[in-house]
This record gives sequence, structure tokens and C-alpha cells, in this order.
Amino acid sequence: MELPIYLDNNATTPLDPRVLEAMLPYFTSKFGNAASRNHAFGWVAEEAVDYAREQVAKLIGCTEKEIIFTSGATEADNLAIKGVFEMYADKGNHIITATTEHKAVLDTCKHLEKLGAKITYLNVKEDGLIDLQELEAAMTPETILVSIMYGNNEIGVIQPVKEISAIAHKHGALFMTDATQAVGKIPVDVNADGIDLMAFSAHKMYGPKGIGALYVRRKGPRVKVTAQMDGGGHERGMRSGTLNVPGIVGLGKACELCRLEMDEEAKRLSALRDKLESALTQLEESYVNGNVAHRLPHVANISFKYVEGEGLMMAMKDLAVSSGSACTSASLEPSYVLKALGLSDDLAHSSIRFGLGRFTTEEEVDYAIENTKKAVNHLRDLSPLWEMFKEGIDLSKIEWAEH
Amino acid sequence: MAYSEKVIDHYTNPRNVGTLNKEAKNVGTGLVGAPECGDVMRLQIEVNDENVITDAKFKTFGCGSAIASSSLATEWLKGKSIDEALAIDNMDLVEELALPPVKIHCSVLAEDAIKSAINDYRVKNGLEALELPKSHH
Repeated sequence: MELPIYLDNNATTPLDPRVLEAMLPYFTSKFGNAASRNHAFGWVAEEAVDYAREQVAKLIGCTEKEIIFTSGATEADNLAIKGVFEMYADKGNHIITATTEHKAVLDTCKHLEKLGAKITYLNVKEDGLIDLQELEAAMTPETILVSIMYGNNEIGVIQPVKEISAIAHKHGALFMTDATQAVGKIPVDVNADGIDLMAFSAHKMYGPKGIGALYVRRKGPRVKVTAQMDGGGHERGMRSGTLNVPGIVGLGKACELCRLEMDEEAKRLSALRDKLESALTQLEESYVNGNVAHRLPHVANISFKYVEGEGLMMAMKDLAVSSGSACTSASLEPSYVLKALGLSDDLAHSSIRFGLGRFTTEEEVDYAIENTKKAVNHLRDLSPLWEMFKEGIDLSKIEWAEH
Repeated sequence: MAYSEKVIDHYTNPRNVGTLNKEAKNVGTGLVGAPECGDVMRLQIEVNDENVITDAKFKTFGCGSAIASSSLATEWLKGKSIDEALAIDNMDLVEELALPPVKIHCSVLAEDAIKSAINDYRVKNGLEALELPKSHH
């Protein structure tokens, strides 16, 4: 076992060697521009892109023509939301999203607010799921888009996508989902789920960074988005720019591997995750964040009360994890996702996200359990709050000097 | 962000972790920060008849830099007179630990903890509390 151990697979994943192998020729001998229609170099590249498009389409149950390649999920989110806002301007200007969305969605919506969009930010319940009745109540005749993520990046909670899309469609709005954390990890079928637009990315599913896709429905209804980049009219005019052929080949291969191995991988990872979680929640005053019944198989988000996340991560020095602690961000604000669940700031500061992946072994999980337990105990020995808790002092009654 | 060697040293082998009897007349306790803000420091000093700090202990809830700042502060406090202790400036801690700008508030908190412990000691011993500049972070 090599140290440090990578348990941050929601941030990014290592490239699967099989994906790399598929990509390599497209950097060197097969370097052609897929838009070069008049020579063999172009044809070879175009063929590779077509094949990759099929591989991607097969994973999410759509047709090849519905895949628009982008630089990643952030660009796909931007293209979908801004593109719909522009394209459907004469129908309305109201968009519904949720407070726990990724910044790529939230900040895009904030940007559109300045351009005259009305945005509703739905709150989530304690378990991280949105309230369907609240969604229904927020729908208006001007609502053009509902954008709710599939699986959350911090807590792994899976939203009731089918029910959400049904409500959106009932009121004549499109349904878009940022499925960056879900595609390749759990079965996602755009038709069964009623998805009109869907953003996802290769590097979260053992593919390369810098490539992602936007699914855009072509039938029932035919969805259109206004291009956000002008140029050569690539990708059916929705996303100009020379195609990143090696990246696209990598995304295609990554999708194929996920499709073939997803069932087994999800079973293996959820078993490991459960092992990790049940061992760590044996520590006093530790809590799992988010709904445990509806969530991705490979994520555990746990708060260890009375220790601070960044300090804790420093003690877990052989583990690469992430924390909702403010100290890990430049803003000095703790995770807005955890706060949206109603977690107090101190519990948000005390959270650690463990993200397991394809290459995580049981030996690594066992090591992580021991390492984390030791770290939590070490930090609690140093914590005045833990001492006060143990003395039975009610911390909420103390007048803290806020700073 | 990478931590400096000194921060890692104090974090891994914190000096003077512990608790003094806060009821004792010759012990001053400073408890500063707030759980919601992600850092709380408790710093205690034991003072002899000559106004010299003979012992110092801390416990800190916070990031590595906060733990290191308070650990270093206790090291510096031991053997100092109250007046010398009052002269400890947060920027001294910043310099010694090579804290990056985003972590300066950890050193400010440590300075606040020192002053607050000294005040607690002063009040217990019938002296006036010193006017402390309002927490500036």
C-alpha cells in the first residue's frame, strides 16, 4: 500500500490506464482535426469522435446527436442555463434551482439575474433533498427551466430527478440537471428520468480533465440552446471550437468502462463506504451528513464534533480528503451546502468528506479508519470544547466573542 | 496550502497542552474565539508573587495554524513577567511561524488569548482589567 491514500474522488479521479491507452494515438499519429473533411487525417479523427459519441450516448440512453462536447461540466452548465435563458426569452425569464447546487450553476444563475432573469433558489430539507411541494409551488407560467443537480458533490445525496422533471414538464418548463457526480456511478437514463439537458464531465469518472458534455434533448421536446461561443459552428452550432479529439476519445472510453463495470463497482464501493462510515460513527459525537438512503455509493460526509476540519486533516496526513471547514476555503465561510442542510457552523467546520473510487482498496479503507480515529482523538485531546463537553458544560450557553 | 516546518512541529508536538485550575487565585484564563468561526483558544497562565509567569497551558479548537500559534504562545509566556507578556504582538507569532496572510487571524486570536488571560488574573487579584483593543479580526 502506497501513502498518501487518495480519498477525494469527488474532486477528481485518476485516469484509468485503459482510457489513457485509448487516447494516446490521438495525440501523435492520429492528430487530425475532426472538421477536416477532405483528407484521411480528418476522417480518422472524425471517426474517433463519432465512436466516442456513441459510447457516451449509450451510457445515458440517448442518441449520438444529442451529445455536445464541452470543456467540462462547468462549461456545460453555463451553456445549458445561459443558452436556455436566451433561446426561450420570449416564453419567460424564470429559472428554479436549489441552494445546494454547484457554483457552476449558482453563479451562472446569479449572472443571469443581472440580465433580468428571476431565479428561485429552493431550500433543501435536513437530509439535503428538495421539497417537491415547494418546487411545485414555485412554478409559474414564466418558468422556463428547472435546474436541480443529480447527485451532490459534498454529501452525495441523490435528488428525486424523475419526480422533479415530471413537475417541470407539467408546468411547461424544461428540466436540466448537473449530473457530474452521478453519471458513470449510478444508472442515469435521460428518457426514464425525463431529462432535457444534462451536464457531466470525464475527470470524475476516470477520464481526462478538460472534457465534458452537455446532453441536449432532440425529441419530445426538441430543445435548443443559444451558443455561448461564436466560431466555426461545431457541435450542431451550439459549441464552436476545434474538437478536443484525444479528450473526447478518453471521455468515450471512460463512459464505456463505467457502463460495463458500474454495477459491480457501485456494490464494492458502497460496501467499503459503509464499513468506513460505521467504524467512524462509533466515535462519540460523530454524525453522517445528508440522506443515507438516497445517495451515491462512494461518498461519506461525516462531522466529528468539537474538532475543526482543517486541523483534523492535518493530522490525517496520509489521507487525501476534503473538509467543509472554512479554513480550507479562501472565503473563511464554512460549506454552504452543509449550512443549507441546517447544520450549525461549528458542525460544518467539523466535517470531512471521504470520496472512494475505482482504485480504492479495502486495505486503504482500513488504514483510513485507524488514521482518522487517531487523528480525531488527538485533536479532541487538544480541544477546549471537547473538555467542556465532557464536563457537561452547555456550549450554546456560553457567550462567545464572535470575530 | 503548505504549512511551514515550525507550524508542523508545533502541531505534531504541541507544547504545554493542558488545564490549570481556573479557580486558583494565581491562575488567569483566557477563552477567545467562537465555535461558529472555527476556532476557540483557551490559554491559561500561572503567576507567582513576583508577577512572573511560571506556567502556561493551552487547548485549542481550530486549524493547524491556530494550534501552533497557541502552542508557541505558551512557550514564550513561561518565565516572562506580566508586562513582558503584554508586549507580545501577534506579528511576532506570524513571523516566527511564517504564517500566510490568510492565517494571520490565528495569531491575532493568540494575542487576544494572552491579554484575556492576563486580565482574568488581574481582576482576580483586585486589579483593574486593562482596556483591550476591540478584537480586530
